[in-house]
Amino acid sequence: MRQIAYDDLVKSVKAMVMHTASHLPEDALAAIEKAYEEEQSEVAKSVLKQILDNAHLASEEDRPLCQDTGLAVYFINVGEDVKVVGGSIRDAINQATEEAYKEGYLRASTCDCFDRHNLKDEVGYNLPAVIHFDIVPGDRIEIEYAAKGGGSENVSRATVLAPAQGKEGIKNFVKQVISDAGPNPCPPIIVGVGIGGTFEVAAKSSKHALFREAGTPNPNPDLDAFEKELKEELNKLGIGAMGMGGTQTVLAVHIEKNPCHIASLPVSVNVQCHSSRHSHITL
Amino acid sequence: MAEYHMTTPLSDEDVSKLEAGDIVYLNGTIYTARDAAHKRLVDLIEKGEQLPFDLKGSVIYFVGPTPPKPGEPIGSAGPTTSYRMDSYSPILIEHGQKGMIGKGKRNEAVKEACKKYKAVYFGATGGAGALIAKAIKKAEVIAYPELGPEAIRKLEVEEFPVTVINDTHGNDLYEMGRAKYEVKD
Ligand code: SF4
Repeated sequence: MRQIAYDDLVKSVKAMVMHTASHLPEDALAAIEKAYEEEQSEVAKSVLKQILDNAHLASEEDRPLCQDTGLAVYFINVGEDVKVVGGSIRDAINQATEEAYKEGYLRASTCDCFDRHNLKDEVGYNLPAVIHFDIVPGDRIEIEYAAKGGGSENVSRATVLAPAQGKEGIKNFVKQVISDAGPNPCPPIIVGVGIGGTFEVAAKSSKHALFREAGTPNPNPDLDAFEKELKEELNKLGIGAMGMGGTQTVLAVHIEKNPCHIASLPVSVNVQCHSSRHSHITL
Repeated sequence: MAEYHMTTPLSDEDVSKLEAGDIVYLNGTIYTARDAAHKRLVDLIEKGEQLPFDLKGSVIYFVGPTPPKPGEPIGSAGPTTSYRMDSYSPILIEHGQKGMIGKGKRNEAVKEACKKYKAVYFGATGGAGALIAKAIKKAEVIAYPELGPEAIRKLEVEEFPVTVINDTHGNDLYEMGRAKYEVKD
């Protein structure tokens, strides 16, 4: 059984979280640059320019890209032949999150869902982290991380369609969600679509779809074609950067599908703003 | 689309000449407030008590910044989504507020108040928090420090870049911009 020291795990995750807050990953940057080139509206172009300037400034001066430094969301695949010694994986992730958010001068944004008081003092600074664990073969720990802001999360939606509604129904639902969202999720956006599974599996898949690098093709050719079709449809909405009108609303559509019950067709849409802060490490 | 450089407090005359789509560079003092602070301001108005700052001609920025690094006035400070302030803004506008800065759609009541009492809603670029912070020269918490990022701050800004979304004539840039680029099958 391979062993990983608790403190090493904390150190690696903390460094990743701190770096991600101020460095927009290459894939997002390239997608925004492409949108800037192709945008036809002058107003939207000037917004895209600000977004790019902001990304460069943030990484040069190590400042948070956005004041909403998000909830810390992790997808973690733990190999069956690896063990963390000195503490639990969950504690390590939470400790790394708290230390990174505090020391990086990031915002603590977790609160009680009813009285809305910030949980930084009783649970921990920006804790708890949102962690989705899975167990996989092998002796590695794979960690995918995103700092997920509230603006784009607020417009995300899930539903269960009737099987007969099929692809057309999915397309209409996705279009409705993005149309209703308009300027609110800070377009240009990446749209994660989870299809099939059960209600919660669709939702989780729609989030996980956002972790794929923007601009990479879907390994399934049918889904890849569907992604391109959806992207084109969504860009016809004319929402544009920050909703000011334009041709570049959606940077990419990412789909994940799952087998589902013969009676249902769950669909979930999770929206990612242009500040697509994500990273991954393998230990 | 025109470009203006304006200094707060804003007058009826200042805001009346602005049209949806215009770019404005703001200078002077602006105040920050989010949901919780808005609720308190409106409570004070309803009780007839004094507010922590003068609303007349004021511009309120919807923002909850990141903590400042040592020696800096403020952390990253981009706009938050504005609809959460929709139930409060009309009352503040009625009492003299002239400008709001945020991102995202406002409801009819806010747009009506902008027309009736002469006020404008400005959009700032969401997610450009590091860039926008450069325009903020000073920041001071003047009320509700217990609200943390949601406390009311007095900001001194220089050439703070915003775009007019809702003007005093009933125009809405989100609707106009989208109508122009929407492709109907
Ligand atoms: S939606 Fe994204 S870019 Fe916009 S304010 Fe929220 S985290 Fe920042």
